[in-house]
Amino acid sequence: MAGIPAPTRRAAANRRAPALIQGLRSGDTFAHLFTLLCAASILLVTVALVQQLYVNSTGAIHKFGFRFLTGRTWDPVSGDFGALPFVYGTLVTSALALLVAVPLGVGAAVFLSELAPPRISNAMTFVIELLAAVPSVIYGLLGIFILVPFLRQYGEPFLKRTLGFLPLFQGPMYGVGMLAGGLVLAIMVVPFIISISREILMAVPVEQREAALGLGATKWESTWQVVVPYARIGIMASIFLALARALGETMAVTMVIGNDPRISASLFAPGYSIAAVIANEFTEATGNLYLQALVELGLVLFALTIVINGLARIAIIFTTQKGSGH
Amino acid sequence: MLWRNAWRKFVNYFMFSMTGLCALVTVGVLFFILGYLVWNGGTSLSWAFLTHLPTPVGESGGGMGNAIVGSAKLLLLASAFGIPIGFLGGVYLAEFGGRAFPFVVRYTADLLNGVPSIVMGIFAYTIVVLPMKHFSTLAGGLALGVMMIPIAVRTTEEALRTVPVVLREGGLALGASKWKTIATVVVPAARKGIVTGIILDIARVAGETAPLLFTAFSNRFWSPGWNQPTASLPVMVYTYAISPYDDWHKQAWAAGLVLLALVLVANVAAKLFVSGRTAH
Amino acid sequence: MKKLSNPAIIIMSAALVLTSLVAFHSSASNAAPVPTPDAIMLNGAGATFPYPIYSKWFSDYNKIHSNIQINYQSIGSGGGIRQLLSGTVDFGASDPPMNDEQLAQAKTKILHFPTVLGAVVPTYNIPGVSQELNFTPDVLVGIYLGKITKWNDPEIAKYNKGVNLPAQDIVVVHRSDGSGTSYVWTDYLSKVSTEWQSKVGRNTSVNWPVGLGGKGNEGVTGLVKQTPGAIGYVELIYAVQNQIPYGRVRNAAGVFVKADLAGVTAAAAGYAKTMPEDFRISITNAPGKAAYPVASFTYLLIPTKIEDANKKEIIKGFLTWMLNDGQKAVEALSYARLPKEVVAKELKQISQIQ
Repeated sequence: MAGIPAPTRRAAANRRAPALIQGLRSGDTFAHLFTLLCAASILLVTVALVQQLYVNSTGAIHKFGFRFLTGRTWDPVSGDFGALPFVYGTLVTSALALLVAVPLGVGAAVFLSELAPPRISNAMTFVIELLAAVPSVIYGLLGIFILVPFLRQYGEPFLKRTLGFLPLFQGPMYGVGMLAGGLVLAIMVVPFIISISREILMAVPVEQREAALGLGATKWESTWQVVVPYARIGIMASIFLALARALGETMAVTMVIGNDPRISASLFAPGYSIAAVIANEFTEATGNLYLQALVELGLVLFALTIVINGLARIAIIFTTQKGSGH
Repeated sequence: MLWRNAWRKFVNYFMFSMTGLCALVTVGVLFFILGYLVWNGGTSLSWAFLTHLPTPVGESGGGMGNAIVGSAKLLLLASAFGIPIGFLGGVYLAEFGGRAFPFVVRYTADLLNGVPSIVMGIFAYTIVVLPMKHFSTLAGGLALGVMMIPIAVRTTEEALRTVPVVLREGGLALGASKWKTIATVVVPAARKGIVTGIILDIARVAGETAPLLFTAFSNRFWSPGWNQPTASLPVMVYTYAISPYDDWHKQAWAAGLVLLALVLVANVAAKLFVSGRTAH
Repeated sequence: MKKLSNPAIIIMSAALVLTSLVAFHSSASNAAPVPTPDAIMLNGAGATFPYPIYSKWFSDYNKIHSNIQINYQSIGSGGGIRQLLSGTVDFGASDPPMNDEQLAQAKTKILHFPTVLGAVVPTYNIPGVSQELNFTPDVLVGIYLGKITKWNDPEIAKYNKGVNLPAQDIVVVHRSDGSGTSYVWTDYLSKVSTEWQSKVGRNTSVNWPVGLGGKGNEGVTGLVKQTPGAIGYVELIYAVQNQIPYGRVRNAAGVFVKADLAGVTAAAAGYAKTMPEDFRISITNAPGKAAYPVASFTYLLIPTKIEDANKKEIIKGFLTWMLNDGQKAVEALSYARLPKEVVAKELKQISQIQ
């Protein structure tokens, strides 16, 4: 290409330089790779975990097959193990926990971010975040000393009188049971929902609120119909976190759930959850089949979590409208 | 028209009162828990409690000095390991990732969060303790650190997503490279949310007992270095709470209180650190 | 520039706090023995039941020999056995003796050293009843099988004349976590009832026909205390420390015995002559008029071949001390002493450790 001066030619070549070299020069590719590795570490840990779970439960898997998921007995003496009562207990207590914690938590978060004066909001949130650190043993003890007697003497009789026509609220009232388990879990997961949702709500750009108010909405309408939907995805993330905590909680649940591997329709009845039985029996389990059955329960919980998370995400996709923050 | 407006006004007051009630109920319950802890454990708190080693039941003057130091060491190690990885992972999901891979990572992070802590403890046991042939602070810190990663990833990602796109575009338009924009513009803008996530993360693992039982074990004595078993506050709470002795029960409550104080210090430090940096 | 203000100060003060903490802990207080340069630490794990007495023993031993630190933690009998087998601890502890399957997995032979005796008692909470009740083996089996459902059942009333038993439902409480206490209780029920033996059996964890599960002795105590009409089984210490009523159990000789330390030692003595060499024996339903029927040993599990010569000497020294001086301290903590015959046999077993 005669006639074009060299500097111009060099400049043109530089502009066409491969993106990779550009990236290397500015450090972006490195940053991309490095952060990708960090994100991938989660996958690495999960794969290793599942592999360990599988390897340590093969004997039980082969012996029971699908019967494990439908079996209702848990007999360490005769070696007959079935997971159904634990799956049921886990589902019921977690569902109850979310049913109570989500409205309470999101409602409190809305109040703290929209209505409360900043000083009060910060002070209350400070205390709430602190309570995420209370060991679950202490929640369990509080459950035993305060919640269970309260339920046995006042809570459950009240529910029986008012809603006793539902099979959910029938049967003998011990205080301990799935109702107590669900309520303790609700108290334990609510700090996560409040704290994270409040942050997300406060980060909603003020223009959104002003736009709604400018159109004549009341503050509540602006909050409920504009701000909260805008923050929906972040709030969902906090609920997933709460759900995860509820599914995996061991100590507090086992102290108040009654630890009876039975399936009953009533919330007053004692039940058992997967995490609780693993925590209870793992250290004392003798015999390989027993241990492997417990580890297999861990695998079942993992599979359960996959399913629940999947269903929740599908539900979100179907109820999503346009106009969220992302 | 007037009627409809009156109704909307009523809904406004009513719903906000409802949310106020929610806040009151939750904070009330939580304050009650705090009060109960103080009431039951407050009497056991003393200088001896904070600095002495535990004594057998019936002997006075025992304390949980080694457990306090142990918990501090474990949390430090866990945070040093888990927070950077989690934070950077969250940065990836929010800033770099496409659609499929981040979806998988997010999903898996939620799964990992739901694994019972005892299973994580057993996992860390097989990976670290068995090869090393003994329990150690290192194993405990690693177990807790691994538990911290998924939470940090999710909360960091959500915090970064709240930063409006215009800020990123502004940085890029000024000629900064992508990572520089993230480091100097996006992350500082999201720092409050990120720190909240980290605080919750630390709080969550600070109270975990089951993973420590199989990794850090516990220790009646001081634990120098990182290679020995170490006492920790949650394990002491657990051991003392299930004992038959009233004196040990009181100490268990006091230990719970000290644990909260420890987390409070971390909380305050983190918040101060964040607000110390002046805004753009 | 906004640089050197708060963040640096915060970091520096945090570092200061940390270093002072670390300095503090190394120069600890006078209640803590400072580890001398040649301090040796041993780690042991296992049963929860003897944790209080073991922590007292190891603390006392450390006061005598300040360079020996024995760290024992209670993670459960099964956990103790597993840690011993995988070599992560120097010794284990278990309420039930190791079974043949477990012994076969060990690299060297494992010796059982009984340390103290414990008793499991039936506690109850019946509104209006403050007297001690008498329980026969059949009644206990019937209650735990779910066949006897009310406190005023004729089977119970038969042995408790003069007690005003209400028509209250019996709420059965058992252990939810695997435990040596459950093992002893189910072992006893299996011995006195073939129906229990075939339907439920004996183990640290069983498929309970009825009842609520409490976590730990503490959990069972708590449930019984709070639930009117409840009955549960707990270690003697818990009943004594929590001041809850517990009943008498009829022993093999037909006498209703209330659990106390003498009765428990008598149970062990009843089996002393038939004691196997390796001490693996169940002493429930012991013969003898004074024997309490639901009693058990708890064991320290020591490998015969210990590579570290220092550790070996320490363990042998400790065991000798435990069998002589250590036994003096147990009754103050509501544990029963080993009978003399057993102590003599154990002292001989120490020489097997090489």
